[in-house]
Amino acid sequence: MKKIVAAVLSIAMAASLMAGCSKQTQSENNDVIKIGVFEPMTGANAAGGQLEVEGAKLANKLYPEVLGKKVELVIMDNKSDKVEAASAAARLVEQEKVNAIIGSWGSSLSMAAGDIVKNAKVPAVGASCTNPLVTKGNDYYFRVCFIDPFQGTVMANYAFQKLNAKKAAIIQEVSNDYAVGLSKYFQDEFKKLTGDENSIVAIANYNTGDQDFSAQLTTLKDKNPDVIFAPGNFTESALIIKQARQLGIKAPFIGGDTWETPEFIKIGGKDVEGAVFSTHFTAEKPITKESEKFLAEFKKEYNKEPAAVSALGYDAYLVILDAIKRANSTDSDKIREAIAQTNGFEGAAGMITLNQDGDAVKNAVINVVKDGKFTYLDTVEPKK
Amino acid sequence: MGLATFFQHLTNGVSLGSLYALIAIGYTMVYGILRLINFAHGDIFMMATYFAFFAIFIFHMHWFIAFIVAILLTVLLGMGIEKAAYKPLRDAPKISVLISAIGASFLLENLATVVFGGIPKPFPTPSVFNDMVILGGVRVQKLTFYIPAVTIILLIGLAYLINKTKSGMAMRAVSKDVETASLMGIDVNRTISITFGIGSALAAVGGIMWALKFPQIQPLMGVMPGLKCFIAAVIGGIGSITGAVIGGFFLGIMEIMLVAFFPTLAGYRDALAFILLIVILLFKPTGFMGEKMSEKV
Repeated sequence: MKKIVAAVLSIAMAASLMAGCSKQTQSENNDVIKIGVFEPMTGANAAGGQLEVEGAKLANKLYPEVLGKKVELVIMDNKSDKVEAASAAARLVEQEKVNAIIGSWGSSLSMAAGDIVKNAKVPAVGASCTNPLVTKGNDYYFRVCFIDPFQGTVMANYAFQKLNAKKAAIIQEVSNDYAVGLSKYFQDEFKKLTGDENSIVAIANYNTGDQDFSAQLTTLKDKNPDVIFAPGNFTESALIIKQARQLGIKAPFIGGDTWETPEFIKIGGKDVEGAVFSTHFTAEKPITKESEKFLAEFKKEYNKEPAAVSALGYDAYLVILDAIKRANSTDSDKIREAIAQTNGFEGAAGMITLNQDGDAVKNAVINVVKDGKFTYLDTVEPKK
Repeated sequence: MGLATFFQHLTNGVSLGSLYALIAIGYTMVYGILRLINFAHGDIFMMATYFAFFAIFIFHMHWFIAFIVAILLTVLLGMGIEKAAYKPLRDAPKISVLISAIGASFLLENLATVVFGGIPKPFPTPSVFNDMVILGGVRVQKLTFYIPAVTIILLIGLAYLINKTKSGMAMRAVSKDVETASLMGIDVNRTISITFGIGSALAAVGGIMWALKFPQIQPLMGVMPGLKCFIAAVIGGIGSITGAVIGGFFLGIMEIMLVAFFPTLAGYRDALAFILLIVILLFKPTGFMGEKMSEKV
């Protein structure tokens, strides 16, 4: 019995080795170029992930070919879960054998895929994952958006200059690298601006998927802050603001780019009126020629205004396509090199030049929720 | 921490605890009668909120009618699950039924994801439930008063049903000994079906109350509340309805107090529930109000 098991196992192992070898030849010979779309389609981040997929799908529809080959999107659900994200990424590189990957919404999810794309040598382009660690020390991860050290300072400046806040409180999604990172950069900048080490009066934590925030908010209320910075997922953030208003907290809420989903307003209702957040792009101010095309086509395709992350999903696709064209090859390593050299590329959400970490250096847009809609407030340029 | 803040925390704890208690009753009732932990309870709870959501948004029903319709549909769903997943396993070992319950749970979660989509939906909040009452500096959502009221009404109704009606007598008989009960002319299948119907109705009421308090529904929303209320039922002593109520309030207040007094540990609030479960199982496996173990032998 044992012998049979051993034999079966060794055959299976040999087979899996062969499968590993055949990888390169397969993707070289194929007439189709596969781009994996690695996004949360279900779970707490689903709304954000689906917006990015909409952008990538539109780009694929408008630009369906490169090097005379058809480009096929392989959409893989990472279920808003770090463990699922790692296996979804592994499936993309091992089974689907994609040439490049787009995604994911959510820095933690992208980071879970980091080692997998690095070891498989498949380049990945994130659309809206803003935590610096996504691309740091990983030659195979890029992104078409700005990063949190910049986003954090934008919101700290807004709180200090426009809201005249002297005391800020923070409620952060502690299980999310994006939220914790953004919160840290906000704190550093806010302390610098106010010149007061104690200007952050309270920091409260919560977990992804939590629904009850009454205890955290009661503690914050006790400290009486001028402004509350709440970086985190849109569902939880909308519930937080709702519960804060129920508890009689009147301080304004400010946050990051993850809030820009229709569900934030649908769930938050009139309680999220006046909430201010930084994001990447606004439909009210087209930046490039490509943005005009994107805006028109997006409205035609989906019959609604695009969110910033949709524009970024669109850009991520275009950057990969452009790199394949310049590399004149579908070899993953050559594509990687070409992506790294992206310079002054005209995307829907602004010009894209990738720096040595693989991050785009771009303007930030500040939006406010007004009459149940995201409304443009201001543009902030990065420090030179 | 001022006195007002402390009372606000306590109120928050009681408010959350009353919800846990309401849902834990459903777990404990089904267990008490059938000796089966219905792991699909949390998912039946989720389905109920979707039924209510569609009744209000698609069929434009008044919320009161919508809630009744949702409860009725959930009862049918619960009975359907019993017929499909548990009835064929009537003579199988208890563990098979338990695994079948986990299967039913996954089926519902994934079915909901496919049919309703994974994106969270906003749940309507009639102002009758969501307005705030201010009592000496402490702000309380009106819903906080309704949940215990609903719980008490349901408890009285349940006690009447189990102790005074023929179906209730049948349930008690089935809970003692299925074979003897059927020899006495009790329709065991019908009795078990009714038990599941009532359990599902309790889940539906709990789900609707939950969605009113946290107005956001999604296919996996029942998982954590389901686990926590199961823990609440075990802490109180599974099988005991009073125990479930005590366990629910205990867990709710403990959770809020953990976050209130140790803000840095807030990320571990879900872990607290599981730690309590382990401690209870180690030191007092029958829970606060549990029946003596000898009865089961």
